Amino acid sequence: MTHAPDDLSDGMRPGAPSASAASDAPCPPQRPAQPRTPRRQLRDTPADVERARESQQAQAQAAREALESRVPLVTKIVIAAVVVAAFILSFAIGRYPISPPELLSALWNAATGHADLIDGKTATALFNVRLPRVIVAMLVGAALAVSGASYQGMFKNPLVSPSLLGASAGASLGACLGLLWGLSSLAVQLMAFVGGLVAVGCSMWLNRMVRYDPVLSLVLAGMLVTTLFQSGTSIVKLVADSDDKLPAITYWLMGSFHSIDQRDLALVALPMLIGFVLLLSQSWKLNVLSFGEEEARSMGVRTGRVRLIVIFATTLVVSCAVSVSGVIGWVGLVIPHLARAIVGPNYKRLLPASLFIGAIYLLLVDDIARNLTVTEIPIGILTAILGVPFFVFIFRHNMRGW
Amino acid sequence: MRTMLEVSDLHAGYGGEEIVHGASLTVADGEYACIIGANGCGKTTTLKTVLGLLHATSGSVRMDGVETKGMTEWQIARLFAYIPQVHRPPFPFRVADVVLMGRTPHLATMSRVSEHDREVALESMRRMGVLHLADRDYTALSGGQRQLVLIARALCQEPRLLVMDEPTASLDYGNQELVLSTMRDLSLEGMGVLMVTHDPDHALYCADKVIVMEQGRVVATGSPRETITEETLERIYGIPTRVLDVEVAPGESRRVCVML
Repeated sequence: MTHAPDDLSDGMRPGAPSASAASDAPCPPQRPAQPRTPRRQLRDTPADVERARESQQAQAQAAREALESRVPLVTKIVIAAVVVAAFILSFAIGRYPISPPELLSALWNAATGHADLIDGKTATALFNVRLPRVIVAMLVGAALAVSGASYQGMFKNPLVSPSLLGASAGASLGACLGLLWGLSSLAVQLMAFVGGLVAVGCSMWLNRMVRYDPVLSLVLAGMLVTTLFQSGTSIVKLVADSDDKLPAITYWLMGSFHSIDQRDLALVALPMLIGFVLLLSQSWKLNVLSFGEEEARSMGVRTGRVRLIVIFATTLVVSCAVSVSGVIGWVGLVIPHLARAIVGPNYKRLLPASLFIGAIYLLLVDDIARNLTVTEIPIGILTAILGVPFFVFIFRHNMRGW
Repeated sequence: MRTMLEVSDLHAGYGGEEIVHGASLTVADGEYACIIGANGCGKTTTLKTVLGLLHATSGSVRMDGVETKGMTEWQIARLFAYIPQVHRPPFPFRVADVVLMGRTPHLATMSRVSEHDREVALESMRRMGVLHLADRDYTALSGGQRQLVLIARALCQEPRLLVMDEPTASLDYGNQELVLSTMRDLSLEGMGVLMVTHDPDHALYCADKVIVMEQGRVVATGSPRETITEETLERIYGIPTRVLDVEVAPGESRRVCVML
């Protein structure tokens, strides 16, 4: 044991921490000379000592900046600009295009209480059709992305999506039953919402029954419940009238924003906002939780409570999303990875970034869905087709950490 | 030295199975205590119960005379900091973020990180000599560097006692020495350490006090030289062993264990 222990006893002195000397990673190039060892000290000029101190200060400064861990202003501006651009673009294209000046003046008039000044046709297209659709698409994209990111941290697994505990499968079964029974569209949405909550509730109940590793048994319970509810959906499709109800069910399962109106927006906006606030409030704890149950608890996190809050909030927003738009896959898996590639894995930055990028992504994909062909393409098909190559691309660039 | 941690007549285990049958031990302020024993003797179970990760079926864990039972996670996390074995989290967190996570038990409800928290994290990194790694990805570091970062994270909790479970298990020879000597220095500066180890040489190298466990009971407690004897080692590990004094420098000898 030739290592000099005094190297570690005083980190304040000028000179590099030699602790890393014994480790096998390459030394960073900026490591300064070590003026403290006697042999070196004879050769060190005052300039060398000064340089070493400056380099130590530079290290401390760099470390301070790393601890601040802010998203660069440029990144924030770019994301904000893309949100605005995607928003305006979504009005400018489509069956009834509204040009940016028209859009801005209409929004301005509406905001200042002069709604009567807006041209009637524009007003209908804007406020009854396009605006609700655009906002709901953004909310759903944000909901799926932020839930996916939260689940990936909570389950310590980058390949997890928000449907893990059965929220999507449950909502699907609920909606399919509603369609089978010929209920109103509002009732179908409520059935979907309740279905999602029931499925996740079943997963958590199974988890309590099994009492194994709290995370792993939750995953297993989610798989079982998902399978069960998917079988239920299959039964519904089997018995559905193949002339009108089966096509409606099939179309709903592929996901679409086709029939979104103001009522849908009013229905989901508040619960989704509540879900977002709850998830964002847990971002720090999700950081700690991704290190594992025992470590998180030993750092003072009440892991059971955090899991409950995250599962509740995620189920709330995903059930809302599925109830208005049907099943839209891949967003919750892909977008968190894109966000991680841009702002890093710290949840304090990752969750807001996922929120905005998810909103942009789904809005743009919806623009493609309604403009690419004469009849609208179900968006769930597009997110899957785009999701796979997108995921391969991001995965190749993100591989450094996994 | 004042007694800090006092574990008395602890019974604990998993599910219905009791693994620790009445263990008692103490750790004083600034003392380096090692628990040694064979696999399955209840070392780790004892440690987890001290950390509040397992509930004791009976017996007590007291810190400065106050029972830890009924304390919240964050209250316990301000007393004990757990240093896990080197691992790989699922995401490439930066070193600065990892260290700052040690502040969790000190953060207010909305987990707002203050300037003071950052200063503590900076000082912990400086103390562990990982300041220059602050901006690097934790997952890209070597095992030894990662362990130093985890110790810095533990210091960031500003605990009374550092708790480690075989911290050197996955490290190479040089990094084992680096981590153990670092821990010994921290203990010399006044930090209490409670470490589980499977290697009696590690206990000889750094411990002030050795607690020998066998089948869920503490069978010997004392200084390393008193407790780590040929008879004890043969009894707990079941293999004949020699304990020798080796001269490492003129006038300086070290005690080592050699399996026969």
